[in-house]
Amino acid sequence: MENHQFRGGIGLRLWAAMVGAVLVAPTLIVIPLSFTGKRSFTFPPEEWSLQWYRNFFSNPLWRDSLLTSLQIALAVAVLATVLGTLAAMALDRGRIPGKGLIQGLLMAPMVVPQIVAAIAVYAAFLNWGLSGTLVGFVVAHTALAVPFVVVAVSTSLRGYDRGLDRAAAMLGAGPFTTFRRVTAPLIAPGVLSGAVFAFVTSLDEVVIAFYLQSPTLHTLPVTMFSSVTVETDPTIAAASSIVLVATTALILLPQLLRRSKREGKS
Amino acid sequence: MTDLLSGTAARAPGPDAHRAKRPAKSPLQRVLGGQGRQWLLLAPAVLMLLVFFAYPLADIVWRAFTDPEPGVGNFSDLLADPTTGRVMGRTLLTSLVVAVTTLLLAYPYAYLMTVTGPRMRAVLMALVLLPFWTSLMARNFAWIVLLQDGGPLGMLGSLFGRDGGLLGTAPGVAIGMVQVLLPYMVLPLYSVMSGIDRRLMSAASGLGAGRFTCFRRIYLPLSMPGVISGTTLVFVLALGFYVTPKLLGSPKESMVAQVIGTKVEKLLDFGGAGAFSVILLALTALLLVLVSRVSRAGAALGLSAKED
Repeated sequence: MENHQFRGGIGLRLWAAMVGAVLVAPTLIVIPLSFTGKRSFTFPPEEWSLQWYRNFFSNPLWRDSLLTSLQIALAVAVLATVLGTLAAMALDRGRIPGKGLIQGLLMAPMVVPQIVAAIAVYAAFLNWGLSGTLVGFVVAHTALAVPFVVVAVSTSLRGYDRGLDRAAAMLGAGPFTTFRRVTAPLIAPGVLSGAVFAFVTSLDEVVIAFYLQSPTLHTLPVTMFSSVTVETDPTIAAASSIVLVATTALILLPQLLRRSKREGKS
Repeated sequence: MTDLLSGTAARAPGPDAHRAKRPAKSPLQRVLGGQGRQWLLLAPAVLMLLVFFAYPLADIVWRAFTDPEPGVGNFSDLLADPTTGRVMGRTLLTSLVVAVTTLLLAYPYAYLMTVTGPRMRAVLMALVLLPFWTSLMARNFAWIVLLQDGGPLGMLGSLFGRDGGLLGTAPGVAIGMVQVLLPYMVLPLYSVMSGIDRRLMSAASGLGAGRFTCFRRIYLPLSMPGVISGTTLVFVLALGFYVTPKLLGSPKESMVAQVIGTKVEKLLDFGGAGAFSVILLALTALLLVLVSRVSRAGAALGLSAKED
């Protein structure tokens, strides 16, 4: 199958290198920018300092929104992982009436335009008194995050060899033991990446959070959003760098953990 | 191996004997028993999405037809407003430009992913997935810095006939959107291309076809499902983009999502925002249904959960 004629030539490689640079390089400029000594977004910076990191962790506006975001994201990760994993397992084998409709419902948050979802949630949550509450943020973000968990766990289950169940059963394992000792460990990487995706989805979500915010309760991306729209505060560069490094590390975690197993990432 | 196992199972007496005739059950299914209890697993997620996602959406659609008064008044107001056409036109044009640009950038990239070695492929995949998952706000902020007047890409402005930066212009918005949406193009393309049997091209070139003919007559048609689903996906996502146009563009050149947002934020006009939302939703749904007819490559992103 190795045919030299169709392997990547130098032009193709250069093109791919350029696309790779377009994908990654622009974001990276926030890191040097976060060490700027001046109160400006001049790139490259002319002076260097750590003052914006100090400000990020000491200014209540930034610190509190980071804590709020982490709280919400953690709750979303737990809730979405439980709901999404259960749903994925039921969909995997169950002959469920209306399966297509349910799958559509579970995937809808991925394709419905965010602004439409945001004003819809805003209107409903105002009526229910959920606007500007932690619970409101958590349930709205969980709805967005569930599809990612369902996809991640479904992918794991699709690659799962059912022969293993029968083998375990023949060797005398009961259903619970089979699940606990065979199935659960094998789908664990999918569940873990689902949890990470849910966490990151919530941590990064800005449109719905923008509409649900209250003067006293807002998430980090909303603070970043307001900071870019109303003032020139390089603390946003520090915030961006921290979020960038933290989410990258988080995303790489399941990849490293599952490296032993062949896995289709979605 | 399956034959061997089921053969052995069939020999076992009692309940195992009849179980062997039916399709294999997952351990979970055996723990839970019948279909009624499968529903118990689905219920929490389904309820959650119905109450906190589907109901609010339905309510906004309802408001489009009833707020402030029943009828299609909100839609006729939209049609009567001359800015509506301009906003729709601008949004469709920007989305189209973004979709075509990402396709041109992504096609060779995805192709290289299918022909290169596993290590290089992993690197290329990581380059696609990392931005996919890293902070949208950080990326928009980065583009603000890059595109601003005197920023590192300031000279790009001259390409579009502007002296200053591209911040606050339609090309600036499009550039930012292309970067954000590139992964959504690469992944479906790669998923389709990696399924193409490259021996077909070897056969064609063995029969005397040149490289270009091979590509045009064989590879391109076989990769079309990826092209169509990637382009539609990016187009649909671009239509509903809110944050990037708001931060990189200007209020004078709003796109649909910004207009919807402004109607709610400034005027609390849920009916009017709802009417525009209904149009956006309908367009999105129509395109997604069309593309799912043409191709199932959306599964690369898990957009259409595939039956096994």
